[in-house]
Amino acid sequence: MTDLRTDSLPPSGAPVRLWGRALRSRNLVIGAMLTLTFALAALVSFAWTPFDVTGMDIANRIKPPSARNLLGTDHFGRDILSMIMVGARVSIAVAFVAVGIGLVFGVPLGLWAAARKGSLLDEVIMRANDLVFAFPSLVIAILITAIFGPSALNAIIAIGIFNIPVFARLTRSGALTLWQRDYVLAARVAGKGAARISVEHILPNVTNLLIVQGTIQFSLGILAEAGLSYVGLGVQPPTPSWGRMLAESQTMISFAPHMALFPGLAILLTVLGLNLMGDGLRDLFDPKLRGRS
Amino acid sequence: MTFKPLTAGLASVLALSATMALAEKTDLVLGMQLEPPHLDPTSAAAGAIDSVVYSNVFEGLTRFGPDGSVGPGLAQSWDISEDGKTYTFHLAEGVKFHDGTTMDAEDVKFSLDRARAEDSANAQKALFAGIESVEATDPQTVTVMLKNPDGNFLFNMAWGDAVIVAPESIDNIKTTPIGTGAFMFDSWAQGDRIELKKNPEYWGTPAMLDAVTFKFISDPTAAFNAMMAEDLDVFAAFPAPENLPQFDADPRFKVLIGSTEGETILAMNNKMPPLDNVKVREAVAHAINRQDIIDGAMFGYGTPIGTHFAPHHPDYLDLTGLSEYDPEKSKALLAEAGVTTPVKLKMTLPPPSYARRGGEIVAAQLRAVGIEAEIENVEWAQWLETTFRGAHDFGFTIISHTEPLDINIYARPDYYFQYDNPELQKLMEDLSVESDPAKRSEMLKTAQTTIAEDYVNAYLFQLPLHTVAKTGVEGLWINAPTQAADVTGVSWSE
Repeated sequence: MTDLRTDSLPPSGAPVRLWGRALRSRNLVIGAMLTLTFALAALVSFAWTPFDVTGMDIANRIKPPSARNLLGTDHFGRDILSMIMVGARVSIAVAFVAVGIGLVFGVPLGLWAAARKGSLLDEVIMRANDLVFAFPSLVIAILITAIFGPSALNAIIAIGIFNIPVFARLTRSGALTLWQRDYVLAARVAGKGAARISVEHILPNVTNLLIVQGTIQFSLGILAEAGLSYVGLGVQPPTPSWGRMLAESQTMISFAPHMALFPGLAILLTVLGLNLMGDGLRDLFDPKLRGRS
Repeated sequence: MTFKPLTAGLASVLALSATMALAEKTDLVLGMQLEPPHLDPTSAAAGAIDSVVYSNVFEGLTRFGPDGSVGPGLAQSWDISEDGKTYTFHLAEGVKFHDGTTMDAEDVKFSLDRARAEDSANAQKALFAGIESVEATDPQTVTVMLKNPDGNFLFNMAWGDAVIVAPESIDNIKTTPIGTGAFMFDSWAQGDRIELKKNPEYWGTPAMLDAVTFKFISDPTAAFNAMMAEDLDVFAAFPAPENLPQFDADPRFKVLIGSTEGETILAMNNKMPPLDNVKVREAVAHAINRQDIIDGAMFGYGTPIGTHFAPHHPDYLDLTGLSEYDPEKSKALLAEAGVTTPVKLKMTLPPPSYARRGGEIVAAQLRAVGIEAEIENVEWAQWLETTFRGAHDFGFTIISHTEPLDINIYARPDYYFQYDNPELQKLMEDLSVESDPAKRSEMLKTAQTTIAEDYVNAYLFQLPLHTVAKTGVEGLWINAPTQAADVTGVSWSE
């Protein structure tokens, strides 16, 4: 029994090798650095920003980057750096909770469907997932926020709902192959129930998959939040949001490009960082690549 | 000998090319932000309808000139009886509707009776409320009897809501408007454009253009790009003031800066506590820095106002002094009113940039004195449903009231800001029957002062009218005395 348990864990010494490989993976390092930069900016913004983000200074509006305002000011004279820092907080919070919703609902559904593979329950769960999948997510998100009013919470729910089928499918497909493994068979022979096997043996082994997918969904969440805010359905003013900053600077792009450039770069770099990190993590976890290093 | 036909041929070629060059310049593509819901100006409030059809397709007995003056329209002249109650209109000769039917006194009677009928869908029924009866004396003469003398009657008849329509074509007026104007309706590609063509049998001065296309572009960025790409010849009421300097600096374009009848106000829900307390409303008024709003939201374009009245009107009173920017006074007033700050109130903002941007600035200014205005950006339909009509679920909203001389909205207790002052209601009633100009002026001034001292709303600025046009376009209206894009006098120079 104890032998069977250790079978599902990496061999001892693996964590050290994992770290070593992680540091040698260029994608992972660059991605993690970009992501951490924005995460740090968001954290710092709770305690300090160069200027008050809601404080307007009309006399100082549309100023290009300078020593006073490192990234310039917007059309109300607000400091763009401060707004990007607080905007990072909003983007990350929305994406984080949205991914959380996907994990909390999607993973158990996937595990459950896999445990009852071929049953009516499996069919119901997976077809329901297909149904959600079949709708264009951003359009439904717009619908939800249009009906219930634009707010950060509604944006989170709208984005989160579409994460559920992603994680449910991934978990199910990962779990199905694991159910064929000998150690699972042994656990069944030992009398463990499907629920216990799912939690003790299946879940730990799909975690890698979930982390990689979670990173990707996180970046999609940031994009979706920016998209909703761009059309005015995300967080409402005065809370800054990258998407709304872009929308507001649109008509001024020809004479104040900095107003669109910096929030645009913030979105680009965060999404790029998360994607690189996801790629790096997948390479790291992929057993086929393990033999190479 | 042989030279002659050659030169003649050359000359005719030159003449031909000259006419061709002219022929290229007899149409106009005019951009506008809002598309009309339908094309009947006599049964809807939507200003976009008037923008397309006023004076171009439909005409009234009288009409607004580009400077806001009221002049003859289908009625070439009129006589007013001694007691000021009987108006005899003499109609223009030989006027035909676009479908070929004659426009005569019966049509006028039909139009006015239809507008003032019990079940009329007219958005401005108040314009016709004073009419006792309408009679077609003979085909060219209409006699209108009023209940009381009304100094504003000719002005009322110039509105887009009072245009003359025909009983023969009334059924399809919403999709196929048939009027008497210099242009006739050609086609409407919903969501994109409306095309008008010249009315060859126009009774008055014929239009100089052969065809006019109204193109609807709601997005300011798209409007800017379409203008820059020269897809449009004119953009009426250009929505993004920040782009004007670029058009101004470009020799291909000219920018016309005029005024509208649009008093842009921070409307307050006078029934919603604590805004039902005049002290709180006064506190709001003093918390607002108009110049910051004009600079931040309108890029400097706009005239500050202190009451609900257009500054270019001769009876305007500058009452901005009553609501100077004074945040300390604001805080004191809030304390005096016994309000515990921060007060939370919802602020709904419709799409125009003056409202969205202005709202953010106002919210920041209010926050500084302890009033939390929670911004909710809404679309027009939603704004009309929740703020303007229905439950009036709002504390603040920002909107420009573009009807001319519309101070009488303060006499309507059920109007969306819900101001109920019997004294002012009486004053407006008296005003509507007063025809002595000096007394009228006095009453209008009293009304302006009353609403400013009651701080019904916070008055921000008079909305400017920005028209961007190609350099060669002549004859556009610079100001907007009424909502209209009158192209009957427009031509290309060169």
